[in-house]
Amino acid sequence: MLSVLRTIWMVLLHSFRKRDTVLYPEVKPYLPPRYRGRIVLTRDPDGAERCVACNLCSVACPVDCISVIKGEDETGRWYPDTFQINFSRCIYCGFCEEACPTYAIQLTPDFEMGEFDRQKMVYEKSDLTISGVGKRPGYNYYRVAGMAVGGKDKGEAVSESEPVDIKTLLP
Amino acid sequence: MQVVFFIAALTAIAATVRVITCANAVHALLYLILSLIAIAVDFYVLGAPFSATLEVIVYAGAIMVLFVFVVMMLSINDQTVKTERQWLKPSIWIGPGLMSIVLLVVLAFAIATGNSSAELSSTPLSAHAIGANLFGPYVLVVELTAFILLAGLVVAAHLGRPQPDSARHDAERGKIDVQNR
Amino acid sequence: MMIGVSDSTFFSALWQGAETIIILLAVVIASALLIWLERRLLGLWQDRYGPNRVGPFGLLQVVADMIKIFFKEDWIPPFADKAVFIIAPAVIMLTTLLTFAVVPFTETIDVVNLNIGLLFVLAMSSLGVYAVILGGWSSDNKYAMLGGLRTAAQMISYEVFMGLALLGVVMLAGSFNLHTIVESQAGLWNVLTQFPSFVIFLIAGCAEIHRAPFDLPEAEQELTAGFHTEYSGMKFGMFFVGEYAGIVLISSLITVLFFGGWLGPVLPGIVWFLIKTMFFIIFFVLLRAATFRPRYDQLMSFGWKVLLPIALANIALTAAAVVATS
Repeated sequence: MLSVLRTIWMVLLHSFRKRDTVLYPEVKPYLPPRYRGRIVLTRDPDGAERCVACNLCSVACPVDCISVIKGEDETGRWYPDTFQINFSRCIYCGFCEEACPTYAIQLTPDFEMGEFDRQKMVYEKSDLTISGVGKRPGYNYYRVAGMAVGGKDKGEAVSESEPVDIKTLLP
Repeated sequence: MQVVFFIAALTAIAATVRVITCANAVHALLYLILSLIAIAVDFYVLGAPFSATLEVIVYAGAIMVLFVFVVMMLSINDQTVKTERQWLKPSIWIGPGLMSIVLLVVLAFAIATGNSSAELSSTPLSAHAIGANLFGPYVLVVELTAFILLAGLVVAAHLGRPQPDSARHDAERGKIDVQNR
Repeated sequence: MMIGVSDSTFFSALWQGAETIIILLAVVIASALLIWLERRLLGLWQDRYGPNRVGPFGLLQVVADMIKIFFKEDWIPPFADKAVFIIAPAVIMLTTLLTFAVVPFTETIDVVNLNIGLLFVLAMSSLGVYAVILGGWSSDNKYAMLGGLRTAAQMISYEVFMGLALLGVVMLAGSFNLHTIVESQAGLWNVLTQFPSFVIFLIAGCAEIHRAPFDLPEAEQELTAGFHTEYSGMKFGMFFVGEYAGIVLISSLITVLFFGGWLGPVLPGIVWFLIKTMFFIIFFVLLRAATFRPRYDQLMSFGWKVLLPIALANIALTAAAVVATS
């Protein structure tokens, strides 16, 4: 019986404690840069799209919410014709970010994307693409990759050696 | 006040009739509660507020709750309601009904001819007066009632006592013996 | 105007009717606001905020809830006993509000000055049991049924201790009239002379309105919601508001019976009454925040083995004291 009275007294003392609740819309919580929130498509430092429409993100996605259709420009460089993410399905697991070879697709610390219309949760390429480089400043896939594309030939990439001439015996 | 009395009295009669004719046991009990409350109103109008509230507290509030409690545990479904309805045949109720009508006629005759002094009194009977009466002239009756209640209490305690260990053990052993044979 | 009735009686009757309606409305509104108060206070004691968005301090939360509950689908289960199912929530509101008729808020503000006021309170609280039992039974649901069965036993038992606890107060005042009981405390509040019966009344009252820690009939964790599992819409709302009206009722009864009702220095009577009642309402909320729910057999044995002997001993002692001093 005494313990019950003691409990009541101790609960009453909680009137003078600090409240733990964060009043959300007024007080925003701190989200670290690596928080997995809204997905964006970034550009490389030159301002060109990073995405090469390889569909690895689409394959990696456990809920199949990414849909990419490949396009190709006159220099042979691939780019996504359409790039849709259905955010009403997305579970923000970040697998697409891990799968992406060009660091194009990235997750950002933003989660405020509620909608009344479910159809509005399907983000098109224009909604997804941002003008910056995201979490990977200075990274340009085609500068370091050994692929011949858009005027850059094989062996011209950063710290890439000349391609081996397999038709000759000279060292 | 007389109007209130007669309205309550008619309600009580109608409710009591429904208690008998209602096929669903819980509904019948609800009508009984209604009838008890109507009678409490009559007591109040007659100048006995103490009896009126006791009627509600003890009969409607405590005893009938136990009735409802028990009836609740019998599962009442359409089947039981149907059987109940079958039992309410004229051959069943016509005898008691006729006898009750005879009694009613006799009662009505007695009230109509005799000079009944049961007028609606305007001076309510106070709790104090009831207490003085109960523990004055009627103290023996109160004590006897207390004896009966005590006997009931003892019986309830006896029936509800926890089974002694040895008895339970015997019962279990008996069962095993039967199985062995 | 009625024939044979003078102007003054007519207007006094009119005033009486208006007063009744005002008091009942005030009680219902207070009960509804109590939902907000309880949520805020529980928040305070659990280091949260509680509802603070709708209106100033979240006060309009009640209005929002009301609008929501009115527009909700009022669903009656097809397997339920329809008539009883509808009557049950009305009974709890009816009995609770009827009890307020005899509660004296001040010397002048009350609905009726009944000479058997306290008995009327007990009668109504004993009828209130039916709301829960019938609600549980008519739902034809095992959780509701268990809740109803628990209530029947709990409320009947605790009514006994409640009545016995009040006998001491009645003996000291020499009357069942609540006005007389308040006036008899002019020198000394009953809580000092009748402390055991105050404690018993507090506990039994808590059990009577089945509030935490005695909310076994509606124990969420074991019985989903107990007797009102199947209720929805405004019928559920009536059970809900009825419970809070019960808190207001028990608090004001404690004030009247043990803390001298409207009596107090300087401030007007109604203010004293409200302060005292508010204190107990807050205490009931604190009780909910701080206590755990006992097991059912513990509840019953606590009542019959602890409260009953104390209540009986208190009656005997009070009677002896009254006889000795008179």
